[in-house]
Amino acid sequence: MTATIGEAAAEQDIFDGAIAADERIEPRDWMPDAYRATLVRQIAQHAHSEIIGMQPESNWITRAPSLRRKAILMAKVQDEAGHGLYLYSAAETLGVRRDELLDKLHAGRQKYSSIFNYPTLTWADVGAIGWLVDGAAIMNQVPLCRCSYGPYARAMVRICKEESFHQRQGYELLLTLSRGTPEQHAMAQDAVNRWWWPSMMMFGPPDDESTHSAQSMAWKIKRHSNDELRQRFVDASAPQAEILGLTLPDPDIRWNEERGHYDSGPIDWTEFWDVLAGNGPCNDQRLTQRREAHENGAWVREAAASYAAKHAAGRGEAAV
Amino acid sequence: MTNRDWPLWEVFVRSRRGLSHVHAGSLHAPDAALALRNARDLYTRRQEGVSVWVVPSAQITASSPDERDPFFEPAADKAYRHPTFYDLPDGVKGL
Repeated sequence: MTATIGEAAAEQDIFDGAIAADERIEPRDWMPDAYRATLVRQIAQHAHSEIIGMQPESNWITRAPSLRRKAILMAKVQDEAGHGLYLYSAAETLGVRRDELLDKLHAGRQKYSSIFNYPTLTWADVGAIGWLVDGAAIMNQVPLCRCSYGPYARAMVRICKEESFHQRQGYELLLTLSRGTPEQHAMAQDAVNRWWWPSMMMFGPPDDESTHSAQSMAWKIKRHSNDELRQRFVDASAPQAEILGLTLPDPDIRWNEERGHYDSGPIDWTEFWDVLAGNGPCNDQRLTQRREAHENGAWVREAAASYAAKHAAGRGEAAV
Repeated sequence: MTNRDWPLWEVFVRSRRGLSHVHAGSLHAPDAALALRNARDLYTRRQEGVSVWVVPSAQITASSPDERDPFFEPAADKAYRHPTFYDLPDGVKGL
């Protein structure tokens, strides 16, 4: 690129104008390097979260208590793989390659959501993940459908449509357990106790400590602050918990008439930073399993590629 | 040859008979047959389509390096191509 300073300023003006007018930025538009880098980082982390997120749930596929639950869980885990692929495609429109992103994930140089570093200890965890983890994800993701970057926004529209089944199946699963035997009820309550706080942390650090937030809001990648979305999550979850007949493990949750919102207690951020730093219960296991799955699948990718090359040669074509 | 060499394909889905194929997204696959199967698994898990096209992304010729192209400018000042350009008296019907 040999654009003059004047041309660069003009491009910046066009970009700023598009953002101000709430237009979408498309892949071949000029965009600031930092905007591109932020999107690559965020979309890659989001994609990695989808595929790592397959692990805690697939842990229970073989032990699902009925064929109905097994079919639902397999469909859900398959959706997570699909969501990962939509997002890797969106990232690729920014000029990175999917295999580069996977290499970075495998090398621990790009992150995925810390929530997946917690173990799924009982069947009820499948329900708690659907209700709370997917519920928190939906709160985060619905505004991303209006993100300023077109391919990311379009991928999110598709994901959000599919995600609502994920949350409902989790809620239904927990409701069934909660209304079941005392042991089943206790199992559901235990799962909610363990998943509530990590789900609250999914919205990221408080607004005054969030490093990327202000710029992302200015670029309209992010539309609402972490604390605002977290409040929405509490407001939605508290009455849902009542209908479930389960309690949220926060004694400070109560309706605040004055604010028109539920209040909630302080979050233990030392745990959040610790899990983020790699010291969660399952960090090593998740990455190891991911690397092994990739390596063990290499022969399938190679076989498919050889087959394609052989048949292209047979038809006298160069491979595409 | 590994995954690194798998080309990118654009996927177009016809959601029901009578409608056009619409761009749904993209995917990687080693050949057309697998691109089609992957497209089915990725973009039509909930009966979103009755027909799918896959096209190698490299085969698409696009209008310009960015989306604001003088290519489309000749049409911008020809408002008379639109029916709303014309003044009609009140009460005239069937136009």
